[in-house]
Amino acid sequence: MMSPKISETALQRRSDALNALVDSIPYIQYLGVRFNPQNDRLTAFLPFNKKLIGNPIKPALHGGVTVAFLEVTAMITLNWFYLNDETAYENLDFKKIRAGWFLKLPKTIDFSVDYLRAGLPEDAYARAHIIRSGRRYASVHVEGWQNSKEKLFAYATGHFVLPQRPLE
Amino acid sequence: MNNKLEMARQFIKSIPHSQDLGMDLLKMADGMAIITMPYNINLIGDPETGVISGGAVSALIDTCCGAAVMSHPLNLGGTATIDLRIDYMRPATPGQTIKTEANCYHITRSVAFVRATAIDDDPDNPVATATGAFTVESSG
Repeated sequence: MMSPKISETALQRRSDALNALVDSIPYIQYLGVRFNPQNDRLTAFLPFNKKLIGNPIKPALHGGVTVAFLEVTAMITLNWFYLNDETAYENLDFKKIRAGWFLKLPKTIDFSVDYLRAGLPEDAYARAHIIRSGRRYASVHVEGWQNSKEKLFAYATGHFVLPQRPLE
Repeated sequence: MNNKLEMARQFIKSIPHSQDLGMDLLKMADGMAIITMPYNINLIGDPETGVISGGAVSALIDTCCGAAVMSHPLNLGGTATIDLRIDYMRPATPGQTIKTEANCYHITRSVAFVRATAIDDDPDNPVATATGAFTVESSG
């Protein structure tokens, strides 16, 4: 968790690290997912695009897009919390990241999604809550919504194997 | 190729996201469906290894399960996913097409229960398996 005393420089470095991470993953670029850090929370944003439609008659978001969006949100949130750990910055070289060197990502063990209502052909948001993150494994709960945060369109629970040394 | 399968293929082609991922339907009849998705660098989830994102595999599995339910003779209309659980056994080998087979193994008037397996060129070691519940449209 971030403390309230974080310097502007540290915040900027965190933001740069997050952007470098997200930019390095082609599938996140393909879906068009962006991440917005606010204090100790990370909100994922999926701008609507016609290629994300699963039911052309309704029309509705593809169920596969929903599960992918929630899963990507869980993975990036896990790495974001890791990056927020000050000690992690001692070895972090942004020139290396920009030169195509990558952070190691958590590996999904399983992912279970509940579809509560049809995804509308509109922008979507998601936020992941890390229920438990140990040395090797993490349990994460993710919620997705569209026009109203009170009306979730899907939520998911996933389990991940954490990278042992993400920055090496 | 029979006419029914050709109609089903056209249906999959009409789904913008499935089309965008290059999915091709090989079989869809009596509660069973097989769909393939070719390797695509845009779908890479781990840039270090070139492995396809679990999210893209999930999209393929969800589509295939839905197709299986739609093809079941007791389902008279479309379907929607109620829940889906995916287990990822291993990374899909970069460069290889992923093939998913889904079976609707039980159906009631309101719910279809589906299992699916995703494989690459090594069919004895599945990439992922899934179980899900889907909505059913029946006359009753």
